[in-house]
Amino acid sequence: MQFSTNSPILFLLVGAIIAAVLAQSVFFLVKALRRARALGMDMGRLKKTMTTAAVFTIAPAVAIVISVITLSKDLGLPLPWLRLSVVGSMSYETIAATNAESAMGLTFGRVAALTAEQYVTIALVMTISIMVGIWLVPLLCRKLQNGMISMEKRDRKWGDIFQNALFIGMIAAFLGYVFCDFSTVFRGDTSGLVPVCVMLVSALVMALAGLAVRTLKWHWIADYALPVSLVAGMAAAIPITAWLG
Amino acid sequence: MKKEMTYLDTVYRDGAIWNLSMMAILMLFPIVVALIFHAVPDWHGLAVGLVATAPMYWAVAVVETVTYVPMLGAGGSYLSFVTGNIANLKLPCALNALEQAGVKANSEEGEVVSTIAIAVSSIVTTVIIALGVALIVPLTPLLSQKALEPAFAQILPALFGGLGVVFVSKNWRIAVAPVVLMLALFIFVPALNAGTVGIMVPVGVVFTLAVSRILYKKGLLG
Repeated sequence: MQFSTNSPILFLLVGAIIAAVLAQSVFFLVKALRRARALGMDMGRLKKTMTTAAVFTIAPAVAIVISVITLSKDLGLPLPWLRLSVVGSMSYETIAATNAESAMGLTFGRVAALTAEQYVTIALVMTISIMVGIWLVPLLCRKLQNGMISMEKRDRKWGDIFQNALFIGMIAAFLGYVFCDFSTVFRGDTSGLVPVCVMLVSALVMALAGLAVRTLKWHWIADYALPVSLVAGMAAAIPITAWLG
Repeated sequence: MKKEMTYLDTVYRDGAIWNLSMMAILMLFPIVVALIFHAVPDWHGLAVGLVATAPMYWAVAVVETVTYVPMLGAGGSYLSFVTGNIANLKLPCALNALEQAGVKANSEEGEVVSTIAIAVSSIVTTVIIALGVALIVPLTPLLSQKALEPAFAQILPALFGGLGVVFVSKNWRIAVAPVVLMLALFIFVPALNAGTVGIMVPVGVVFTLAVSRILYKKGLLG
């Protein structure tokens, strides 16, 4: 069979794998919904949770489609489709593909047509490199969760603080990242302010939503506050980038 | 008498089956392609490519597993580590869902809510990417427009601005020190950038836990 990075058989294989991933998501969704019903949780509330999660996901998912388009220039469509639907992310996959290509004397972004040998080699490097998390979770998940549960049993208040501290630690790292190009300002280049201003716009929208919930009792806003603040920040990035560079 | 399995026990069992099966299926892809096209991998390229890539990814995966599993919950972890995009999509989605539902992450209700949010997010992401692939020809000129580039380049600041307001304002006592530390590090250490933010998450988490423990022991946390 003649090889092409966009061969129909590759689409078929990737489509089958992605169907399996979709099946796993549906399985856990149904399992969790059944448990919620058994626990007597408010199903109306959970419907809102699902709607918010779906709406919130749209913009980042479109960004992933753009990553697929970017990677497809070298690798064809099926492999980036697979890698970015399962485990991967744009930065990881770009680095893995670049390393694999340069190991074979190719330059990422300048590959006219891969041979089947090169394609298989790249796919192996990408797959083996990214696989650890998938098997490590079954190995460690129960131990880590049991550790959290026993801590909660020993000291309930510290258990709550511990959980919040985990979230805050993660958020603090990303807030720091927003400022990673800030030092360019000291050299007269204002482009490092763009992510900071975008973050501020998003934070302002979220704060206004919180205010509307508290003062005007518009509780419906709370369900869509995060997706709206995300889109408002992204939309604001266009004029802010034009202004600051 | 056989002990009855709890909900969490069944999540661990099902999650292990799903994840190990997914691992096998994913590994089959390059092998099946090699068989169909009678292609032998470039062994030298494979070895060099793996040495350049795998050790770093494996180390990051170990750190990410230990850091993110307690935040994602059991069901959410099994799903997130298969579908990816954890820090920039699945975890914020779960955090927002927990906040909106008003349940604690470490309760069974929290486990359920987190799993539902991550499952829905995974399904929507998978469907949108599939649609993007199916409609690649009309979509490429639209999504590749220069005017839209800044919007998609700034997803993380737009995401963590909103999320930060909610969580920092609710936990400002434990948030001040890690936020100040991370701002100082990212501003004054040039090596820290978009590529290293994943490594800084565990640093931020460990530091925040240490600060929280000190404040808690001193009776400064409520």
